[in-house]
Amino acid sequence: MKTRYTFGGDEHIFVEMDDEMSLEAFFKAIAISRAVQAAKIEGVTEILPANASFEVRFNPDIIHPDDMMARLKALESAANNAERRMTTRIVEMPVYYQDPWTHETVMRFRERHQDPNATDLEYAARINGYDSVEAFIEAHHSNPWFVSMVGFVSGLPFLYQLVEREKQIEVPKYLRPRTDTPKQTVGYGGCFSCVYSVRGAGGYQMFGITPMTIYDPTQKTSYLKDFMVFFKPGDIVKFRPIDRAEYDSILAQVEAGTYAPRMAEVEFDLEGFNADMAGTNAKLMEALNGN
Amino acid sequence: MAIEVRKAGLSTTIQDMGRPGYFHLGIPEGGAMDRFSMRVANMLVGNDETAAGLEAVFMGPELEFTQDTWVAVTGATMPILLDGEEKPGWSAFPVKAGQVLNFGFLKEGARLYIAFAGGIDTPAQLGSRSTYPIGALGGVDGRAIAVGDVLPLGKPGNPAARSVDTALLREQKSPVELRVLPGLYWHRITEASQQRFFDEEWTVAPEADRMGYRFRGGSPMEFVPREQPFGAGSDPSNIVDGCYAYGSIQVPGGTEPIVLHRDAVSGGGYFTIGAVISADMDLIGQLQPNTKVRFVKVDMETALAARKARRERLQTIREALAAG
Repeated sequence: MKTRYTFGGDEHIFVEMDDEMSLEAFFKAIAISRAVQAAKIEGVTEILPANASFEVRFNPDIIHPDDMMARLKALESAANNAERRMTTRIVEMPVYYQDPWTHETVMRFRERHQDPNATDLEYAARINGYDSVEAFIEAHHSNPWFVSMVGFVSGLPFLYQLVEREKQIEVPKYLRPRTDTPKQTVGYGGCFSCVYSVRGAGGYQMFGITPMTIYDPTQKTSYLKDFMVFFKPGDIVKFRPIDRAEYDSILAQVEAGTYAPRMAEVEFDLEGFNADMAGTNAKLMEALNGN
Repeated sequence: MAIEVRKAGLSTTIQDMGRPGYFHLGIPEGGAMDRFSMRVANMLVGNDETAAGLEAVFMGPELEFTQDTWVAVTGATMPILLDGEEKPGWSAFPVKAGQVLNFGFLKEGARLYIAFAGGIDTPAQLGSRSTYPIGALGGVDGRAIAVGDVLPLGKPGNPAARSVDTALLREQKSPVELRVLPGLYWHRITEASQQRFFDEEWTVAPEADRMGYRFRGGSPMEFVPREQPFGAGSDPSNIVDGCYAYGSIQVPGGTEPIVLHRDAVSGGGYFTIGAVISADMDLIGQLQPNTKVRFVKVDMETALAARKARRERLQTIREALAAG
């Protein structure tokens, strides 16, 4: 891992911890982001942690970009010694795979896809070496995911699966981005799952849809009364496959304001996870299932 | 009491100076694309410069006033008509209850800024009245204005018949020059490609909105060969999804550069080659599709000098208006 610093115009510094994805890069980016926040540097207006990088926006009328750069570099060594653990929560997210709405959108944008004769799921299953779409879907939901970034639009989470590198699913983004994606589509691009928080453009492959609202600017959703965005970096998510009947039922509950996402507080320790992934995931699931 | 919308125009949104602080959640700062014009419009009607006004793209709205107030129109050049009588741009003029304001055809620029004494007083969300339709925030119920909307006005500050000397306004070159500080993933393309990006003439594509402006006409970019890093995706223009900067230039597939603007997506998986400097962001808001553009390479000191010049130009106008 080699840190790379670069200016994004005269108001931003972009810091890439690594050009490839890993939880080590994520934890380092989060550690420096927190150190920058704690340093309360005058002129910093925004700190954006991402999967394996972070960005600082600043006002160059208050702090010269070169001074800002020097301050950030000085904080890097402190972050190297930061603990790679966090108290967080695991959330269960119901997913209706192969649903009719994303399927309709999949078919509408075939000419922008790598394989116009297959669905996104058929294509993703094939290039990742799965015998069937069903086996691929099972791999997608059988282990939990780690929210490594929130962004793109309105509280959209990027999720990284808590499995060995060789078990990670990887797919390309659409050749040309779509102009439409149903709200709450569960998508996939690179090594990341995402959940589209709102309807709109998108380039990720589409696998299914969740009935769970994750962004609500009116804050009427029962679990979004404190803040309109549900996810934050470090959240852990377990997808649970559901059928049409359960999708309809949960959607009705969300709309009636009676749905309470299943979740539990957990500790996540990167060293412990690297030493025993199956054991760590089993413990996370125990916490979620209340055993 | 207010303003009634009789015709909405193509896409007319309520904008102020935006809602900083939520970009890390994917909620952009937003606000007027051409902040210079919005600020001056507010100064003219005696408002706080950060008050909310209207931003109308390519076509003006038709508004009926239900109270006496003052109005100033800046930004794009379009005939400004009050009950059919032409009014000057970059000037404050009084309107009476019952009068109707509308606009002729666009002559120059792309976005009109309309300020009203007291500012538009719709509810603020996350600290701003700016409309962000994707996230359904601000504006009127999170959307652009529509026929029948009634826009309330705040308490007037100090409206008076003021006018800006047009010699104080910025000049437009042809082709338009957008100054760029190379950086971010600039190293991903070859030196020859880097050179061509600045040498070639680009044209504003029809896909140009508050989120981003797309350009075409230049050569496809050549990437420095590499094995794609884990997690990025297989196209050479793909990166592990990271955060984007306002003004940053992404080039999906290496073909058509997109400059992210005020309603930018906060991150994504396409590489970026640098950013348009902060001083030139206003200018982009006034570009029509098919406008010819040159990207000009600058260094940080030039970017900061340009930023200072923009600030001083605003200050000169502020002082000239205060002196009456």
